[in-house]
Amino acid sequence: MGGSTHQNTPVSSTAQVSSSNNMKADLPFSFSLKTFKLKTKQQELLIRVTILGLVYILAFITRLFSVLRYESMIHEFDPYFNYRTTLFLTENGFYEFWNWFDSESWYPLGRIIGGTLYPGLMVTAALIYWTLRFLRFAVHIREVCVLTAPFFASNTTIVAYFFGKELWDSGAGLVAAALIAICPGYISRSVAGSYDNEGVAIFALLLTFYLFVKAVNTGSLAWALASAFGYFYMVSAWGGYVFIINLIPLYVLVLLITGRYSMRLYVAYNCMYVLGMLLAMQIQFVGFQHVQSGEHMAAMGVFFLMQVFYFLGWVKHLLSDTKLFQAFLRVTLTCTIGLGGLALGVGMASGYISPWTGRFYSLLDPTYAKDHIPIIASVSEHQPTAWSSFMFDFHILLFLFPAGLYFCFKRLSDTTIFIVMYGLTSMYFASVMVRLILVATPAMCLISGISVSATLKNLTSLIRTKNKTLHTGSSKGTVSAKASSKASFDQSPPFGKKTAIALLVGAFYLLSQYAMHCTWVTSEAYSSPSIVLAARGAHGDRIIFDDYREAYFWLRQNTPQDAKVMSWWDYGYQITAMGNRTVIVDNNTWNNTHIATVGRAMSSYEDEAYEIMRSLDVDYVLVVFGGVTGYSSDDINKFLWMVRIGGGVFPVIKEPDYLVNGEYRVDKGAAPKMLNCLMYKLSYYRFGELTTEYGKPPGYDRARGVEIGNKDVKLHHLEEAFTTSNWIVRIYKVKSPSNRW
Amino acid sequence: MEGLRRLRIALILSFLAVFASHCSASSSSPQELQIISAERRIDLSSHIVKVFLTLKVENIGTVTASEVVLAFPPTQVENIALVKASSVVGKRKKKTYVPLPVSPSTQPNGPNGAQLISISLKDPLNPGETLTVEVLLILTHALEPFPAEISQSDSQLVYYRDSALILSPYPVKEQATYIKTPSSKVESYTVVDPTNRVNTELKYGKYNDQAPYSYSPIIVHFENNHPFAVVEELLREVEISHWGSVQITEHYKLVHAGARHKGIFSRVEYQSRPSISGVSSFKHLLLRLPPRVHSVYYRDGIGNISTSHLRIGAKKSELEIEPRYPLFGGWKATFVIGYGLPLQDFLFESSKGVRYLNFSFGCPLADTLVEKLTIKVVLPEGSKNASAVVPFPVEQHLETSYSYLDVVGRPVVVLEKKNVVPEHNIPFQVYYNFNPIFMLAEPLMLVSVFFLFFVACLAYLHVDLSIRKS
Repeated sequence: MGGSTHQNTPVSSTAQVSSSNNMKADLPFSFSLKTFKLKTKQQELLIRVTILGLVYILAFITRLFSVLRYESMIHEFDPYFNYRTTLFLTENGFYEFWNWFDSESWYPLGRIIGGTLYPGLMVTAALIYWTLRFLRFAVHIREVCVLTAPFFASNTTIVAYFFGKELWDSGAGLVAAALIAICPGYISRSVAGSYDNEGVAIFALLLTFYLFVKAVNTGSLAWALASAFGYFYMVSAWGGYVFIINLIPLYVLVLLITGRYSMRLYVAYNCMYVLGMLLAMQIQFVGFQHVQSGEHMAAMGVFFLMQVFYFLGWVKHLLSDTKLFQAFLRVTLTCTIGLGGLALGVGMASGYISPWTGRFYSLLDPTYAKDHIPIIASVSEHQPTAWSSFMFDFHILLFLFPAGLYFCFKRLSDTTIFIVMYGLTSMYFASVMVRLILVATPAMCLISGISVSATLKNLTSLIRTKNKTLHTGSSKGTVSAKASSKASFDQSPPFGKKTAIALLVGAFYLLSQYAMHCTWVTSEAYSSPSIVLAARGAHGDRIIFDDYREAYFWLRQNTPQDAKVMSWWDYGYQITAMGNRTVIVDNNTWNNTHIATVGRAMSSYEDEAYEIMRSLDVDYVLVVFGGVTGYSSDDINKFLWMVRIGGGVFPVIKEPDYLVNGEYRVDKGAAPKMLNCLMYKLSYYRFGELTTEYGKPPGYDRARGVEIGNKDVKLHHLEEAFTTSNWIVRIYKVKSPSNRW
Repeated sequence: MEGLRRLRIALILSFLAVFASHCSASSSSPQELQIISAERRIDLSSHIVKVFLTLKVENIGTVTASEVVLAFPPTQVENIALVKASSVVGKRKKKTYVPLPVSPSTQPNGPNGAQLISISLKDPLNPGETLTVEVLLILTHALEPFPAEISQSDSQLVYYRDSALILSPYPVKEQATYIKTPSSKVESYTVVDPTNRVNTELKYGKYNDQAPYSYSPIIVHFENNHPFAVVEELLREVEISHWGSVQITEHYKLVHAGARHKGIFSRVEYQSRPSISGVSSFKHLLLRLPPRVHSVYYRDGIGNISTSHLRIGAKKSELEIEPRYPLFGGWKATFVIGYGLPLQDFLFESSKGVRYLNFSFGCPLADTLVEKLTIKVVLPEGSKNASAVVPFPVEQHLETSYSYLDVVGRPVVVLEKKNVVPEHNIPFQVYYNFNPIFMLAEPLMLVSVFFLFFVACLAYLHVDLSIRKS
């Protein structure tokens, strides 16, 4: 299925330029078109709509690898929270959802769900679900949630097409749509089952940008209004809206500085900002932050600057004397800057304007998180991006991007300035954090789309000008002769016809390589649900490790309804969603102290940990252990982060106690504190009796490739309650004090 | 007032009449019969107790007898899932069994609350004649785990309580009871002489000339590591599509009803010493499905369960499933099994366009007790006059459900029964009227929607709605 569909991409991306060739080659097709007596314009429309339709379908089906290979299930960690809340929303209605106090997470604190989440995704999925139910499609909410991200990815391609059309021409739009449909950087967050905010947010992001650019281009209040609503949807869906509310003011500022200020810009920005702000404040989680926090100040500053600018223009219009105006300008500027600075200073000092958050700082300064917020640094997707992952996620776009920038600078306009700024800023953020590659992807695809389209158009027009005398009739079948003549500004005469053909073939080869690469990446890297692990057996057969769900379902069925489970925060959402049990901490890492307490319990001796667990009312402790299967992202490998985060709040925990000469080890040479801390004991309890690999001593840890140092683990306050069939998840029951004697 | 008084008199009169008839029945019938010899074999090898009772009945009275009454202690009556009786006709090699209808007796209870169940005879038993009646009795929840909580390495011990003497409203001349235990490990048993135990068999009797309602309680304490798989609730949805398939969805709530697991569960011991550790637990279950089964799935609330094997045969298909984790005493598992079957194997047409579904009633899980079984037969949209025919008493009512593209909804026949054992796996029928024209309703609906969509597209492309002239 995958192979055949991906063959479409190079065809569709080059179809509009090579369509004349297709026409010639495909005589029956052109014949049938002639019999229908379609005008050129209609033919072009037909081809464009067909390509767009194919791209739309392609974007959807390429994301279904995970469903075909595994099953229709929710992936990863955060999506489980989203799924759980969506389920609650569909069962209890919107008002219950909005006012939901969830006592199952962050025990004993609880969490006000309505006020601490972006509801856009859940409401979207619930609306789709209710619509389908209304139309009598007996779908399950899980299916809707699983397919929401692919559906929105398809919609993104349409937006990309219109954006590309606005930026350059419809050809660039088609190429951009085709590129974004299969770009791994986007697919990584939008495969079926990856039911996360980003899935709909990229659609909302691109839509907002497109509508804003459209508003700037036309100066129409209607488009600006639409972009304000797009912004509202984005705010409701993802915290990444901060990027929009900083990029657009920056863009406006650049236009002001470059002297491209116009009435159109004034109308677009003011309408978008004022309405967008009012709408965004309706989201509980954002609320007054939108006018009070440091991240949003740039937008407000630019808003006032616009007014000053407009005011100055008006005064200049009234005053004929330039000298007088100069004086006025000086006075006004100093007053404005002084007032603005004073307001900002007073606001900051009084605490009315909150300073930038740590997350924002860590974006601007990649080393910030490492020193100050270990909890952000501990997440793998928050690491600075490696070169290889750029190559992995963008492939040829990485080379096409500079080329596209060249074309953009060649034909500088309000719109191309926007896309250049979007591309450059998002590239910076993408290099700071791995997960922000996602934000850069649409810009990469659009700019690359421009470069591909413009290059191919130049090449084909070059070929056609020589052939024009021979095949005048066939040029009728091309997509847009008008556009090609427009593109002829970049005529490069030294190319001969043969060189042009060679270059065309080369471009075709590159694009087909891109399609192959995307398919491969999607199927190999991004379609694993990470709940179910698959491995190759000794005989080449597929072995499935379904231990996570085994453990969660055991918790759900065989523990008391009100049992509290302590685990590292990674598994919190999954335990509440699949195990339906109360957790101490989860993936919403809003309370660092609480997480640090759990980290401290895990890294203390059993007696001390028991006191902490008693104080937190813990009934069960869950650890993930990969020593039997060789699963490397288990709790022992995450343990140093627990120590760091715990030590960040409780100085009793010191990282050097767990290391030997700065080295982290679990074998005989490990630090004594390491060998006796709770995490070590729980992971390796009775592991010393087990032979994991032939020819190795019992207690051989396959994940770390060593024989463990403490084989005689005794537990006093906990007892083994359940261990999954491959030992990946181990659950211990905390004994009540009366049982101790 | 007058009417009321007349009513009261009528009531009193009728009550008297009923009372008189009862008295005559109870005074006459029990004395007329006697049991010459009785043999009882109790099979305790699984958690569903089977009792085979062979009674040789003689009519010693003067009136012909039309029924034989069985008596049960009240504690046992609650556990009876099924009573089947048949009379034996012919001698030795030419034996044939004629099934006899069984119903709760109309007579008042015996002494100490003994409950009566009567077997109606096909041919009345004339004075002086003898007849052999065979009774199969299925008891559920008759084994009580003791100790009630065991740890992983213990094996499961249970109590079985019964009477050494067969409870009967008739005098019994000669009787014997054989109890078969699953293994030779019997902790203790009540001795009522003569009693002796040989290997796995425990024999009580023979006892001679026992008066009616003689009772002698016994307790057998023995080892039973048979998986106590009990489905607390089973919902079977049978959806008929006249496009050629019957889709079955079964929602199970399974529990291990044996001695509760206490303390730790150690995976090391479970893996390395399977013969000692967790002997009373189970991890495999077997489902017997009809042949030609297709698109089988096995999942639960959080997704697909990958541990199952399907063997499709010509006579029957077998699905071996493993719950996500081994089930120890008191542990639960819920899951859903679904499969499709070809329509022509199960749907038949009787006279005048009346169709009927012929489907097996019980639970396809082998050797399992279902405490509450609900069968929902979802008939196609537009079916009328639905009615079910079940060979034993069940509660039934009608519902309406909505599925893909339904407008008026599908009629659903709901059948409910408690305490269902594998012996209930016999076919039942659902009759209904259906006009094949309704099959086309939904495709036509889709066609028209797409047609309207294209018409709308055409109209949009051809109609200029802008106010401004271009």
